[in-house]
Amino acid sequence: MAAIEMQPPRLSVGPIAWLKKNLFSTWYNVLLTFLALGLLYALLKPALQWALTEARWGVIEANLTLFMIGQYPREQLWRVWLTIYMLGGMIGLSWGIWKEAARGFALIALGAGLAFIVIGLLLNSNVWINWLIADAVLLAFYALGRILPQRGASIATLGWLLYFPLIFLLVAGTRFIPWLPPVNTNQWGGLLLTLMLTIVGNIGALPLGVLLALGRRSKLPILRYFSIGYIELIRGVPLVTVLFMANLLVPLFLPVNLRPPDAVIRVMIGFIMFEAAYQAENVRGGLQAINRGQYEAAQALGLSGALTMSLIVLPQALRAVIPALFNSFISLFKDTSLVAIIGLFDILRIARSVLAQSDWLGTHREVFLFAFIIYWGFNLAFTYGSRRLEEAMGVGKR
Amino acid sequence: MRKTTTLIGVLALASILLAACGGAAPAPTGEPVTIKETVIVTVEVTAEGTGGTEATPVPPPVVAGGERLQAIMDRGTLICGVHGTFQGFGFLDPAGAWTGFDVEFCRAWAAALFNDADAVEFQALSAQDRFTALQSGQVDVLSRNSTWTFTRDGELGLTFGPVTFYDGQAIMARADIVPGPAAGLADLEGANVCVQSGTTTELNLADQFRAAGVSYEPVVFAEQSEAFQAYDEGRCDAITSDRSQLATQGQAVLANFADHVILDLVMSKEPLGPAVAQGDDRLADMVHWVVYGMIQAEELGITSANVDEFLTSEDPVVRRLLGVEGELGSKIGLSNDFIYRTIKLVGNYGEVFERNLAPFGLARGQNDLWTNGGLMYAPPFR
Repeated sequence: MAAIEMQPPRLSVGPIAWLKKNLFSTWYNVLLTFLALGLLYALLKPALQWALTEARWGVIEANLTLFMIGQYPREQLWRVWLTIYMLGGMIGLSWGIWKEAARGFALIALGAGLAFIVIGLLLNSNVWINWLIADAVLLAFYALGRILPQRGASIATLGWLLYFPLIFLLVAGTRFIPWLPPVNTNQWGGLLLTLMLTIVGNIGALPLGVLLALGRRSKLPILRYFSIGYIELIRGVPLVTVLFMANLLVPLFLPVNLRPPDAVIRVMIGFIMFEAAYQAENVRGGLQAINRGQYEAAQALGLSGALTMSLIVLPQALRAVIPALFNSFISLFKDTSLVAIIGLFDILRIARSVLAQSDWLGTHREVFLFAFIIYWGFNLAFTYGSRRLEEAMGVGKR
Repeated sequence: MRKTTTLIGVLALASILLAACGGAAPAPTGEPVTIKETVIVTVEVTAEGTGGTEATPVPPPVVAGGERLQAIMDRGTLICGVHGTFQGFGFLDPAGAWTGFDVEFCRAWAAALFNDADAVEFQALSAQDRFTALQSGQVDVLSRNSTWTFTRDGELGLTFGPVTFYDGQAIMARADIVPGPAAGLADLEGANVCVQSGTTTELNLADQFRAAGVSYEPVVFAEQSEAFQAYDEGRCDAITSDRSQLATQGQAVLANFADHVILDLVMSKEPLGPAVAQGDDRLADMVHWVVYGMIQAEELGITSANVDEFLTSEDPVVRRLLGVEGELGSKIGLSNDFIYRTIKLVGNYGEVFERNLAPFGLARGQNDLWTNGGLMYAPPFR
């Protein structure tokens, strides 16, 4: 007897089925779909028409280097590329070692690199080679991460710990290394400055924030009241005020020769101080979420207070607040645009200076749209990467 | 017991971190002694101006207001506050280099001080915070087309340098609402006027309309380019700014320049020039005399190209100016050949004007030498 072969019931999958189910299921849904499409067309048509025909995108092309690095000496540009290659390497290595947790960031980095290669080729600019190298380095280190032995995780951690001081050294230079001449921070600009401020602000603020959070929960009154006072003082004023304080008032109180000469360093200190207060509250939220039983279990195992904190409580607390930490990261990234008011050329201020070029007067829409895309693109990448990280670490699930 | 240990650990960590943060701020310590020593060195030169021989260091009189200049010399760079988004005056070009009329004066001072026109750090300042930046010492000199006024000089505690550019405020309106260039403010009754905030322009606008008894609505923008954009889009009926800006930016930004009229009406005098904080007298001397030197050089026909030929000139005026003869520079704490350096590395006043402003179609006009009927006049170098 021949077996009757039965087809499994057709699942409604695929785009056509989806369309049918969601947009064209009933006659009034069909009507609504077409109405919405018509409305979208009417709204988007002028914008698209402008973007494709009227917009003078040459302003972006002509000033791309300015947008990216500002006044940074052009002959030292290789240093910026080197930091990007190194970033590619670190992301690749992390991907190879931590797999799931770093995959989101790795895919984003790889995709961005590919996109820039294509754009570079289309615009006939030779930057595509640099992005090809960055992507190649990423993949090479991914392979390396896969074959590394068990100690891989500590190697990668060490790598990240070294990475940030190293890029700072690379970008800033030093007079002790002849082939790395110092580049004064007031020559940093554009996206480079925006990212450096974001990175330094966040990296500097996190340890300080953890200490403040621990301090606020401490039983020693001096420590507790200092932490509370600091956090509430900083949280009670707008970031602009902190920046003005750091930049204008601090030098005003100091004698001429003691003034920190460097506006970028002053601003970085301001950012770290400001962000630390917010990170402290984020971390405190995580600490409060840790069950009393965790402390007791640690004590039962004979762990000291410091070990309980560093091995049991903090890892769980920090994992629980990953979304909040990234939230602060993103908001600081956007807040860096405030440095324009104290004379630094972050990417938004560069946009304004580009608008003043007599060749490109009246290109407000193009320039600001470009700045919008930069900010948005970065934030999209951050959020995507952090969401993948959360999933991999089981935030909210365990 | 354990908890205390933890807390002590945390405290120790905190103090290390705080110390590290403190270390990040470049705050040199133990300076006062050095300052005193260096001050003595400068004044030594000053005192020797009349003496002649190098061997006898005369105990110097203390010169008031020389601290800032000394700090600049020790630092090795001049920090100059500039505009940043005004092409022709102070502007970041696509290659990331600073260009413009005001910027070149910063280079001229650096050349006079350090014999290096690139020993300048530029800080772009907005119209609102430029004077605060000067008062707080964020910048040494402000060269950001700022108008010299009584209040700024007196109340804000600034010392203005010589005028480097004579400008005047004007108003531009749409051709369909005013009869022609000869129109008065009365023709602008009830008009919306675009203006940049924090400028003397904004204040003059209010004064002029109040004096004429005409009502108007100011539309205020933080940046000049935004004001022009808004005017071009029809958000205001008229725009006011310095005449030079209306002519240059108007031509470049407006869709159809012929549809607009710049009124003949002169709304104000706008003498633009550098400023230093009050009390920095030595620095102010330097700022003044370098600019005068550049004007004097133009009057004598000395340019960056031919300045070396003038070194052998027999004319005592030329010889004193270039420091071949006499000890003029050392009297204000500078090298005797400070004008030579400036002219060699940057150029005379006319060269700076031609390089930066002529490409925008600006004529010399009031900014020509006094010998050509302009207002540029340098006191004698002697």
